[in-house]
Amino acid sequence: MSSTENINKSSSRITWEGCSVLLDINDGDRLVFARLSPAAKLKIGNKNCSLQPLIGCPFGTVFQLDTSDSDGPFLSPFQPKGDVNNTDEIKDGHFQAESKDDQPNSESKDNRSLIDNNTAQSLTGEDIEDMRRQGAKGNEIIEALIANSATFDKKTSFSQEKYRLKKQKKYAPRVLIRRPVARSICEAYFKKYPLKIGFLRVDTLSLLLSMANVSSNSDILVVDMVGGLLTGAVAERLGGTGFVCNSYLGQTPHSMDIVRIFNLSDEICKRIVRSSISDLLSPKESRPQNPKQDVGSVESQSIDQMSVSVSMEEASHSPENGISDIGAENTTFPALKAYKATKAGEKASQEILDSWKENGFSSLIIAAPDLDTWTVVRDLLPLLSNSAPFAIYHQYLQPLATCMHNLQLEKMAIGLQITEPWLREYQVLPSRTHPHMQMSAFGGYILSGTKICSS
Amino acid sequence: MLASHPEKRISFNRSISYGDLVIVYERHDNMKAVTVSEGSVLQNRFGVFKHSDWIGKPFGGKVFSSKGGFVYLLAPTPELWTLVLSHRTQILYIADISLVVMNLEIVPGCLVLESGTGSGSLTTSLARAVAPKGHVYTFDFHEQRAALARDDFERTGLSSLISVGVRDIQGKGFPDEFIGKADSVFLDLPQPWLAIPSAAKMLKQDATLCSFSPCVEQVQRSCDALQSCFTDIRTFEVLLRQYEVREEKMESFHGDDNGSNGSLSRKRRQCSDGNYVLSDSTSSVMARPCGEARGHTGYLTFARLKCFL
Ligand SMILES: C[S@@+](CC[C@H](N)C(=O)[O-])C[C@H]1O[C@@H](n2cnc3c(N)ncnc32)[C@H](O)[C@@H]1O
Repeated sequence: MSSTENINKSSSRITWEGCSVLLDINDGDRLVFARLSPAAKLKIGNKNCSLQPLIGCPFGTVFQLDTSDSDGPFLSPFQPKGDVNNTDEIKDGHFQAESKDDQPNSESKDNRSLIDNNTAQSLTGEDIEDMRRQGAKGNEIIEALIANSATFDKKTSFSQEKYRLKKQKKYAPRVLIRRPVARSICEAYFKKYPLKIGFLRVDTLSLLLSMANVSSNSDILVVDMVGGLLTGAVAERLGGTGFVCNSYLGQTPHSMDIVRIFNLSDEICKRIVRSSISDLLSPKESRPQNPKQDVGSVESQSIDQMSVSVSMEEASHSPENGISDIGAENTTFPALKAYKATKAGEKASQEILDSWKENGFSSLIIAAPDLDTWTVVRDLLPLLSNSAPFAIYHQYLQPLATCMHNLQLEKMAIGLQITEPWLREYQVLPSRTHPHMQMSAFGGYILSGTKICSS
Repeated sequence: MLASHPEKRISFNRSISYGDLVIVYERHDNMKAVTVSEGSVLQNRFGVFKHSDWIGKPFGGKVFSSKGGFVYLLAPTPELWTLVLSHRTQILYIADISLVVMNLEIVPGCLVLESGTGSGSLTTSLARAVAPKGHVYTFDFHEQRAALARDDFERTGLSSLISVGVRDIQGKGFPDEFIGKADSVFLDLPQPWLAIPSAAKMLKQDATLCSFSPCVEQVQRSCDALQSCFTDIRTFEVLLRQYEVREEKMESFHGDDNGSNGSLSRKRRQCSDGNYVLSDSTSSVMARPCGEARGHTGYLTFARLKCFL
């Protein structure tokens, strides 16, 4: 693939073979990262279906599982109608069918006469299987279930809609293809597997990127112990210019698994390099080269050739394997990584290291829950250009408070602030708008400031 | 302001010269934008600062006044600019701005439409996000505001990334030349629902829209207008809480002298009953939220153009 083609693809609004996608199954019930290929399979319920039909579709397309075909279940495009938004309302439990101009609660039916027992439905599981064998589509099964429900007509329209949705999720599950970008990846992890990303919420991530003035042609130093989410998000904003230097203490680079989930072009991947902190700190030229350490990029890139789908749902059940499972699978297919692998996370060349020592980094972002904040900042801040901004994320307040205090005492930075973002989502309905009943109560803390020059 | 111009990029070796925009920093709540020019002076409570004294000094360094007072000169960033720009309207601040850029999925190369321009606070960050090859087309129906915004973008070195148009977006919608071309549309208008049908026409498939409104009634009407062509309609409020950090001395009392853990300073203290106790005094760094904060800015409603096959 030529590199221009590749650049276009990374911003493409149409999927292609080999692209990474975020599959949103049944309205966020399940979130799965997958790489599209004719061979890739997705398991929904007990049905295995090919991801082939998703190739070449616009992102944002909704598919519905169709089990009516004798060749087995398959995904077919589904045209969303006006009902898309009702699901939101149902989630929050405030759905009103004829809501638009109605007064709240004006419905005459209520649920006083409903008795919950299992005799309401006269279709048996066998009946449903029979229908399936005869080629009934999911929607037809749902209609049959409704027709054979003794209580459906007595339900309020809210409960009717809820019933329908529940059956739809079961008999005709829907899959939405989302673009894997910083926002969707962060939200997906935060929802399903927050530990992997250090509980970094999307608004907090967005603040880190602003506060560190991440912009094209900058050289951003990061310490990313949040699985590569930070590195990927910075690289996305650099758009194939400048560099993001993923640095690490000691010999072993931090995992950058999540970088692979972004559809970053080769141009962009080349701008992701890594370096040990000691190499960054050693004086220009005299740095000891240690080629043996050079393993990080290999493990983290090879997946680009794989057609595996990984569910975070599964991953979160076994966090020890988790997403990095893929890495393990890969190592059994070493031939695949060969030459075409995207070079995200190559070791920074001596030349580029020297240029950073000469000019300094444009800014610094740290999301390293396991490192002592103050000592890392004390060591890394001198690597920044004069007047460079920085932003440090932590789940705990105290390390940032100590760091801020020391930066003040040492007169290393000004404009120091500790910020805690607060994010609340609303359910918006005519005359019935209110905040969601559940919210994330905590998105972490950020210490930000500007480096001043010592002279 | 952006690193896109290599000679303007901050570095250990880059020093202040005439024509540079600098942010004069007194305190975090007292900053000012100054364009360094020959023969000019800056006057504040610390005295008189001659611009000519600044030439050749590094960014991020201290400069002194005739009276020996000092300020720091910082390189401008969109975040600092938002704090110093002249308010011709209400503006967006860092929390809203950051979430807008993130949730609109704006990356280098994007074409972004915005209305109204207002004081250009958001526009400055949009420009940073689309640089070096993308473009922000921003519209305001207020001619003078548009002109002043243009001047500001000239001053911050962003004019090649931003075009300011004078247009009634609620009345006439965005210009037809952008139909199907926009990666994102942002609205900060009094009646955004009037502009939503036009915004839908401008967007590429699956592309994103955001509308910012201070009042919930505006949000309701906007969401209603979004239903037909948009999906993934979500409304958020984002606020920031700041913390203050202080080192405080704390004392603790012990009736006998084996309560100490060694590293503490210790002195004898006489209690009111005449007995002596040992008093351990430690100092700790502590943080607490600041007492006052911005309690509301506005609601951000995000949506995505429905994908029709
Ligand atoms: C609150 S300000 C926008 C502030 C801006 N977001 C910022 O961060 O600086 C709203 C702007 O919308 C403009 N405006 C109001 N109605 C308009 C219309 N129909 N068409 C275009 N601009 C309009 C006003 O002139 C005003 O400058």
